Amino acid sequence: MGSTTAGVVFIVSLLVALALVHVPLGDHMYRVLNSTKHNKVERGIYRAIGVDPDSEQKWSTYAKSVLAFSLISFLLLYGLQRLQDKLLLNLGLDPVPDHVAWNTAASFVANTNWQAYSGENTMGHLVQMGGLAVQNFVSAAVGIAVAIAFVRGFVRKRTQELGNFWVDLTRATFKILLPIAAVGAIVLMAGGVVQNFADPQAVTTVTGGSQTVTGGPVASQEAIKLLGTNGGGFYNANSAHPFENATGWTNWIEIFLILVIASSLPRTFGRMVGQKKQGYAIVAVMGVLALLSITATTAAQVAHHGTVAEAVGASMEGVEQRFGVENSAMFASATTLTSTGAVNSFHDSYTSLGGAVLMLNMMVGEVAPGGVGSGLYGMLILAVITVFVAGLMVGRTPEYLGKKIGAREIKFASMYFLVTPALVLIGTATAMAFEGPREGMNNPGAHGFSEVLYAFTSASNNNGSAFAGLTVNTWFYDIALGLCMLLGRFLPIILALGLAGSLARQTPVPVSAGTLPTHRPQFVGMVAGVTLILVALTFFPALALGPLAEGIH
Amino acid sequence: MNTLPGWLRQHLAALRALLVLTLVCGAAYPLVITAVGRLPGLNGKAEGSYVEVDGKRVGSELIGQPFLDGNGDPLKQYFQVRESHAGDGWDPMATAASNRGMEDIVDILPDPALVAAGQEDENARESLLTTVCARSLKYGELDGVDGSRPYCTDDGVGAVLSVIGPRDATGTVSRPVKVVSVNEACPAAPFIAEYRGVKVECAAYGEDYGEGQMVPVRGDAPERPAVPADAVTASGSGIDPHISPQWARLQAGRVAAARGVPVDRVERLIGEHTTGRALGFMGAPAVNVLTLNIALDETAPFQG
Repeated sequence: MGSTTAGVVFIVSLLVALALVHVPLGDHMYRVLNSTKHNKVERGIYRAIGVDPDSEQKWSTYAKSVLAFSLISFLLLYGLQRLQDKLLLNLGLDPVPDHVAWNTAASFVANTNWQAYSGENTMGHLVQMGGLAVQNFVSAAVGIAVAIAFVRGFVRKRTQELGNFWVDLTRATFKILLPIAAVGAIVLMAGGVVQNFADPQAVTTVTGGSQTVTGGPVASQEAIKLLGTNGGGFYNANSAHPFENATGWTNWIEIFLILVIASSLPRTFGRMVGQKKQGYAIVAVMGVLALLSITATTAAQVAHHGTVAEAVGASMEGVEQRFGVENSAMFASATTLTSTGAVNSFHDSYTSLGGAVLMLNMMVGEVAPGGVGSGLYGMLILAVITVFVAGLMVGRTPEYLGKKIGAREIKFASMYFLVTPALVLIGTATAMAFEGPREGMNNPGAHGFSEVLYAFTSASNNNGSAFAGLTVNTWFYDIALGLCMLLGRFLPIILALGLAGSLARQTPVPVSAGTLPTHRPQFVGMVAGVTLILVALTFFPALALGPLAEGIH
Repeated sequence: MNTLPGWLRQHLAALRALLVLTLVCGAAYPLVITAVGRLPGLNGKAEGSYVEVDGKRVGSELIGQPFLDGNGDPLKQYFQVRESHAGDGWDPMATAASNRGMEDIVDILPDPALVAAGQEDENARESLLTTVCARSLKYGELDGVDGSRPYCTDDGVGAVLSVIGPRDATGTVSRPVKVVSVNEACPAAPFIAEYRGVKVECAAYGEDYGEGQMVPVRGDAPERPAVPADAVTASGSGIDPHISPQWARLQAGRVAAARGVPVDRVERLIGEHTTGRALGFMGAPAVNVLTLNIALDETAPFQG
């Protein structure tokens, strides 16, 4: 089989596998997240936490719980890093510098997993496992919890209540993330991903040189890093490192893990609103956008335009031999279409067009299929904006799933949409305005600008991948990107919950002849169109200064 | 608990929840996975896929290591691995990629005074294009094939001209007044004598030619260069243990000659150390350099 054919089969096989688990996993999540019963273990956990699992929260209380949990998480993670030298399994490493620790704590709590540090020489095993990996689980679980609370806004009527955050968090962690991660970790180990508590081991190489081989509880962390769309690598080279991603087939597994929950949640949504076809429409929008993007990235990488790529004869710079160009491009698409940000090849060395598509994936807001949970609520908000636009055209009060989209609702939705572009553009402009941050660029000219734009896009959208040449472990970038990550995560969550609260209070309106059907291909096309137009209008000028300028030269 | 104010109750619940979750996800889960990793069949892999020679660990099957002499030149009896940006090269304690862009084509030339004194100029910077050209030349020479590549000069630097002159409406310089080959330091003779009727000059140290339009010149190198793509690029991790079968076949003749064995024996070994695509479509065919070289040492020791 030629490499291009193999690449196409690789993509198709992943899509088929995701389609096969869509229904069973979506249904499983529907059942566990909406159950009214609590088993013994769960009751024990609720007692330990000190909450009554049958009490309900209104949207503001739900949001406060999310924020309280994230604040405590942030503080604990910051503390663990700062006190690293006094803890077990620290590999003799020093405390993490304060600005790096702040950035990392913000990054992992916000499900971004941007890394301003190099894993193998900054973080000991205990911080990795007890701090970073825990946030991999819980920040993803927070995403699922918020998504479910958001959907409850459509499902419930004449109520203030959106569910109980602590119950949703517990269930998402223990009944969804933990079992799949455990299976994933064992499969990855079978492929060669390491799992031990060894210190780095010095060996004498074949030619008599010396090399220090690293260890660590990698497989357990790798599985949840991808499943929870986190992306923070155990090692600096992330999923390009053979100890994180050992073979061509572990690479397939890793991409599958990245996409599986986000692409199954629309089924959960369809079940919750009692109309499976609404879920199919949402997953169809995700599928259309994803396919466009995967095709564009792969084509750009295979075509390898650009001076160096043409001199080389392939887009092999920063790409591992065992994955090859096609499978690396697929990983890059998956990681930026979700909020993962793990990398198995280095985006800074992608063709200008390929790199631009990756940036565009994030700018679209990571909704195809998006981060765990955040992809679903992000896409539903785009659907709300779409019915609003459609309503304006025909002059009717728009409604979605029986709920009126009035002034209050559309204010929440449009503010939600505006948060990340504001952070990206203001952040990039600030960095470009000062000498210091400009010096962090690794490449001259338009490509250097792309590095900065990519960094702020990645942080504000909670992706975490990078055009890694940019020197980011400086005060400016650590603080600025940390703020972007936190605001880019929690402002949208508050706004989404606010919107849900306002929807839940309403009495549903019956379907009439004037209701826009939201489960037909027409609606799928409209949502995809509205999304692309909104993003193009917002980001085109910035893209023109970076990757487009570079590509046109 | 209910006597506490609401905000404190929330934070207390948060703290307790986080502790419970840390115990399960941050301690129990990795420990259980580690225990599973101790099972026969998995333990070698979970430990790091170490490779032993004469009972001693010489590295990991999954971690690329260099096969160079004391001067950093390739040892001709060994297959070479891909170039690395991990620390000082192939350092698992500092894994990294180059992170250079595809239009990184202009060198910052070193100070000739320092070069003459045999010192390194810290401010000099080789562009990715020149790095690729130099590697192509080096590995072509090593295995006795043509090391030329598109956009490279015969001396192995990026063939890039700064075309200086008035710009037209689209930003192109169609009537240059001055043309400089930016990666060729004076007194080198530029790779082409003339461009659009203007004599091409060599680049003077410390001069900034950024005002001109940068024009890479393709030259007449073959579309498919003899030295494969993986040989002239750095890997993502900096510790890629594999090379392409094409590059392995290119190296086979040299390695066989150095060891005084027939080429087909070496080629057979390459086949044995090649991993194809899993299930026929996952990944790319790859040759494990470490295990291949160890097998060579065992069956055809170098008599140098």
